[in-house]
Amino acid sequence: MAYLFNTDEDVRQMLDTIGAASIDELFAAIPRSMQMAEPLAIPPAMSELELTQQVQALAGKNRGVTQDVCFLGGGAYDHFIPAVVDHLASRGEYYTSYTPYQPEVSQGNLQVMFEYETLICQLTGMDVSNASLYDGASATIEAVLLALASRPKCKRVVVPENLHPEYRQVLETYLQWTDFELTTVACPSGGVPLDAWQAELDETVGCVVLSQPNFFGVVEDLGPAAEAAKQHGAVVVAVADMISLGLLASPGQWGADIVVGEGQALGNPLQYGGPYLGIMACRSEFVRRMPGRIAGQTEDRHGNRCWVLTLQTREQHIRREKATSNICTNQGLFALRAAIYLALQGPQGMRETAEHCAWKAQYLMDRLTSHDRFELAFSGSSWREFAIRDKAGAVPELLHEARQHGLQAGLELGTWYPSLQDCVLIAVTEKRTRAELDRLADVFIHAPQAKELANA
Amino acid sequence: MRNQQASQLLFELAAPGRRANLLPECDVPTGDLGQRYPAGALREQPPELPELSEGDVVRHFTNLSTLNMSVDTHFYPLGSCTMKYNPKRNERLASLPGIVDLHPLQPDSASQGILELLYEVQGYFAEISGLPSVSLQPAAGAHGELTALMAAAAYYRDRGEQRSKVLVPDSAHGTNPASASMVGFKSIMIRSRADGSVDMDALREHVDEQTAVFMITNPSTLGLFENQISEIADLVHQAGGLIYLDGANMNAILGIARPGDFGADMMHYNPHKTFSGPHGGGGPGAGPICVRDFLDPYLPVPRVAKGPEGFYLDSNHPQSIGRVRSFQGNIGVLVRAYCYIRAYGATGLKDVSRHAVLNANYLLAKLKHLLPVPMGDRCMHEFVASAQQLKKDRGITAMDLAKRLLDFGFHAPTVYFPLTVPEAIMIEPTETESKETMDAFVDAIESILEEPAEQLQTAPQSTMVTRPDEVKAARQPRMRWTASH
Repeated sequence: MAYLFNTDEDVRQMLDTIGAASIDELFAAIPRSMQMAEPLAIPPAMSELELTQQVQALAGKNRGVTQDVCFLGGGAYDHFIPAVVDHLASRGEYYTSYTPYQPEVSQGNLQVMFEYETLICQLTGMDVSNASLYDGASATIEAVLLALASRPKCKRVVVPENLHPEYRQVLETYLQWTDFELTTVACPSGGVPLDAWQAELDETVGCVVLSQPNFFGVVEDLGPAAEAAKQHGAVVVAVADMISLGLLASPGQWGADIVVGEGQALGNPLQYGGPYLGIMACRSEFVRRMPGRIAGQTEDRHGNRCWVLTLQTREQHIRREKATSNICTNQGLFALRAAIYLALQGPQGMRETAEHCAWKAQYLMDRLTSHDRFELAFSGSSWREFAIRDKAGAVPELLHEARQHGLQAGLELGTWYPSLQDCVLIAVTEKRTRAELDRLADVFIHAPQAKELANA
Repeated sequence: MRNQQASQLLFELAAPGRRANLLPECDVPTGDLGQRYPAGALREQPPELPELSEGDVVRHFTNLSTLNMSVDTHFYPLGSCTMKYNPKRNERLASLPGIVDLHPLQPDSASQGILELLYEVQGYFAEISGLPSVSLQPAAGAHGELTALMAAAAYYRDRGEQRSKVLVPDSAHGTNPASASMVGFKSIMIRSRADGSVDMDALREHVDEQTAVFMITNPSTLGLFENQISEIADLVHQAGGLIYLDGANMNAILGIARPGDFGADMMHYNPHKTFSGPHGGGGPGAGPICVRDFLDPYLPVPRVAKGPEGFYLDSNHPQSIGRVRSFQGNIGVLVRAYCYIRAYGATGLKDVSRHAVLNANYLLAKLKHLLPVPMGDRCMHEFVASAQQLKKDRGITAMDLAKRLLDFGFHAPTVYFPLTVPEAIMIEPTETESKETMDAFVDAIESILEEPAEQLQTAPQSTMVTRPDEVKAARQPRMRWTASH
């Protein structure tokens, strides 16, 4: 059998030692009536060769970013991953170890966690980072719960409509069982409308969530919205794009108390949605309630510098029902990948990557908007991603046409925003070449309009 | 032979001007970005990250990796974590470009292969659990618990029932009560009897019309099959409650007994345990859940479905609790689970559990002469020994023994869990260890117990660091490097 060791002789000797006549006898504690009479309805075993052919065949039915040119974003991005990341993260000492319960034989993982935490603090401008959570959306709800725990009398959470729709759905899913109330402020012109925003704020608001850039890709001046929330004592949670932080001011500078985000872009593959990397960092006043693992520095018996899991009294294995969260793992392997990625990029690499995204997105925007059919859906400056309106209102046809040319050209905003049925969200990473940008622009500009298509 | 220099902190290895990653020249017009954005939107300086060369980075992380014990290098009998061998073919297959390079929001038409794989694995999970409806979305076991409890809450809400209590045995993982709290349930601890089984009198005392869910880990964290499970399920079901099965210990019963057949209404798997993960130094895992048909409408969206035109992501479930994370789930982990299940097939999976249980019983039979195992002579996939007597007689704790095992080249068992056994030492060999390895482990314990107590109390001696001061770490927390370090 695939990965089993015991020979018939081993089994015989082991049963002798146990004093059992058969392996079946070892299952005597399970009443006969509960034991399966029939084998599982699962196909028979496959050799490695057969399995490889089987999975290759399934993989061959997909068209990913290696086949089509990817302009899809919406919270997951096709950034370049250096070979060093894959190479180092595929070391068995990393991926076949577990949570560092025995620090003496886990110093590698613990030091990586400590370095990851430091790198995330450097990037976000926060005081403390945990060792990671599941993904950007779950990190956002965990940040909201952390914020609310620090404002015990406040029952309201206010978010703008331009926060990632799936993140807002996760907030709704979690908050529906609690006394907390989620208010969503409409963003008719894309950005956070300051007057409407202020109108929702009062002393019952425990926390607000603001994202930079927003879901439509626009970089906003969020200082006034954050300041307005703080005037009522609300905690400001920022959803930040990690690559953008090579270029944009750290969220702490515009008033964030807790920074969360999706760490996929930091050296982690798209892999159809996960596993990803939930980033959470905060000002030090929140650390005693922060969810997730944290590695900290200490000394051993001989005074050597070393690392351990720390502040564990926050966690479920000690606090049980009173824990700050039920989370009991981090995304260790993906935090490792992010740490390697950031170490390779350094300050200049992060800055240049973010700049290339900005210039390339600008180039594509300029090319598209030079044609009458297209206009930017929202004013304001984009960075890597932008929403474009097809005045012909033929978004599905446009995307279909682009696929015929080997382009995954963007996301239909109508999926999440019914009023934006005529808009496409396009993401441009540093990987996109001028030739690819031109190809997309040419296909869009020359695409038949809906009516022509229907008549064709 | 340790390379002290390379395993300094990244920040100490850095020097201004070093660089690893060079971008190509930008092939579109560039310009002054400062003009484009609102005042204050841009950083004045690049982020304060370390500057390193590629060689520095490779040597640093390679050296750090050698400071870990891992399944690839050591026997890792960490009870309740199922540290089995992680097949290399799974890593290769999960990294195929046609799997790893798929955008989560690409159209279903471009994703037919991955959707087919997920649809198949969903079916396998249902078959192994005996529970027909599956959500692949939860990101970890604890997340699966939380999701299933939300589905239960939605079910009661639809029925107009107000149920406030979740009952949890005292030997359960801490995530159980923590998850219950997050869904607004009050968790009530149910004490276990001395033999580790549920105290039925205590259970009867608490089961009533307020009971929403009884969460049970079966086989339990003590490595025992709860043979009163039918009686428990009847009692809870008669009161209108549901049974949740924490699937942490599914490695003991694959193809042998199904939670859906012995009374569970919902459960999660830990694919990083049962279906060979890997554990990734603490994650990522995944936490797919299986539920009975009447809970189906409440599962999170999107779900993987099959229609006349092929496989698709289905969000059309109006009674769904909603989404519990972004996108579809921890797909990379589920692909590995698929590979694992296909490599074994139906009879092979049953053999996994048969050999996991055989190995654990063998280790138990050999160890019980050295260390008392309070719960008896037989176990499922793991067992819990106790160092209580050792502590009383010689001042040696479970932790001392665990630390000394590290010197002998074995990862320590889980210690001080479950909380119901004093000086607990929880041992799970898994099916992927040989008799020789287990014999060597027992020999090591035998030798250790002959050593003077001081040898154990000052262990480990062979590791780079020994007995880190955790109190200091908590009292003077230093959770990041700073230049003034």
